[in-house]
Amino acid sequence: MKVDEVPQDDIPTFRGHGTKAIYAVDAVGRYTKTTTSGWEVEELVLRDVLEDFEHKAARAKERVVGGETSPIEYFVNKRLMDLSALSQAMGIARWRVKRHLKPKVFNKLDDTLLQRYADLFRIDVAALKNFKEMIARDPDTRF
Amino acid sequence: MTLIPDFEHQHFAHCESGVMSALLKHKGLELSEPMVFGLSGALSFAYLPFLKFGNMPLVSYRMFPGHIVKKFPKQLGVTYFRRTYKDPAQAKAELDAFVEQGQVVGLQTSAYFTTYFPPEMRFHFNAHNIVIIGRHGDEYLVSDPVFDQIQRIKADDLQKARFAKGLSAPKGLAHYPIQAPAGINFEKQIKKAIKKTVHMMLHAPVPWIGIKGIRHLARRVARLAVKADGRYLRLFMGNIVRMQEEIGTGGGGFRFMYASFLQEAHDLTGWPVLQEASVRMTEAGDTWRLFALESAKFIKNKGRTAEPDRLAQLLRQCGEKEKEIYRMLKSV
Repeated sequence: MKVDEVPQDDIPTFRGHGTKAIYAVDAVGRYTKTTTSGWEVEELVLRDVLEDFEHKAARAKERVVGGETSPIEYFVNKRLMDLSALSQAMGIARWRVKRHLKPKVFNKLDDTLLQRYADLFRIDVAALKNFKEMIARDPDTRF
Repeated sequence: MTLIPDFEHQHFAHCESGVMSALLKHKGLELSEPMVFGLSGALSFAYLPFLKFGNMPLVSYRMFPGHIVKKFPKQLGVTYFRRTYKDPAQAKAELDAFVEQGQVVGLQTSAYFTTYFPPEMRFHFNAHNIVIIGRHGDEYLVSDPVFDQIQRIKADDLQKARFAKGLSAPKGLAHYPIQAPAGINFEKQIKKAIKKTVHMMLHAPVPWIGIKGIRHLARRVARLAVKADGRYLRLFMGNIVRMQEEIGTGGGGFRFMYASFLQEAHDLTGWPVLQEASVRMTEAGDTWRLFALESAKFIKNKGRTAEPDRLAQLLRQCGEKEKEIYRMLKSV
């Protein structure tokens, strides 16, 4: 890649966060470190995966309301994780995390564990406890 | 406010090689980021279908994270301080003491808790690398090599970032060079590093690493094109491209950075094969970029128009191009 071919697509993800460093060849074939404001290719693939998480979160939300799953499934997708990552980050076994997705089990979780989930998800513990009420009051609640 | 005065923030493409380059420079040993990357033999390719993240297999264009910090100082003969902690409070106390003494410290952190990252990029990735260069009240001043400006992070968040759990957990890792060696035998280092990379890329004993890994991935893409549903294939392609372009690789999955290393190595040794290899590695990087571009088009069209067979073919081309380069480099 030549220096003048380095994409400067000013991608939204990095806007306000400066530039990224990248290596490219100048006119006489020498390598230099230069900067890029992003490539639309990276933006597109990132948006595609984020959209997928968003999609899964929206579906989880419906299922929480329908009493089929616990708010944990919603937040795990909101925070760009999967169940393995969640169980590792929490330091508890995967089967236990899976169990916590059952509304019946979730409703009986003690406050300490809920607080740990809330800390990891960067939310107030109330968002876990009163998820349904919060959603019912304002369906567009942002977490 | 405490700010370590003689540390100059530099902007790099990749966090780990960048931190190493910056810390060594601070100790008077000037090695560019591509030199650190190349000499530590960090270039690689791995496609590990059995290791899944978010339901996607691991694709990597370099050695596993931590490779450079763990191995490189010893290889160069740098005396190095490297420590992990069990007790977060002790880790914090020692970090504060370092800052008081004017000692810059490299830390391993989790991107998830690195609050100054764009929110869209705060994935659960535990092997980010930063340098702490000062403290202001409740905040640490951070020289993060992938940002062009000095960043700040709250003490609480930094604690969380240093003690995040999971795969390649940082365990509070703190590190810095104590003393640089008097001189470095570059010819010897370059030869050894290139040999190692060539061997791994050509002769890895498993089908997931090196050229074999690239071909394996190409086969997988070709097969998914026939079998999988469109959404999965799109996310699968997106995952490859993200590992190649988004995760601070300097473009083309570290291939441009490696080409830059080869050029610099040529300047130091005068071995003509390195210059030729550098030019070809740039071409390989360009092919990887083309692959990324075509994959993005495929994703954008929701997998309707482009034929995924072409993507598999481009991958094979990348593999072929690289194979020739490593064969050529065998003569070093």
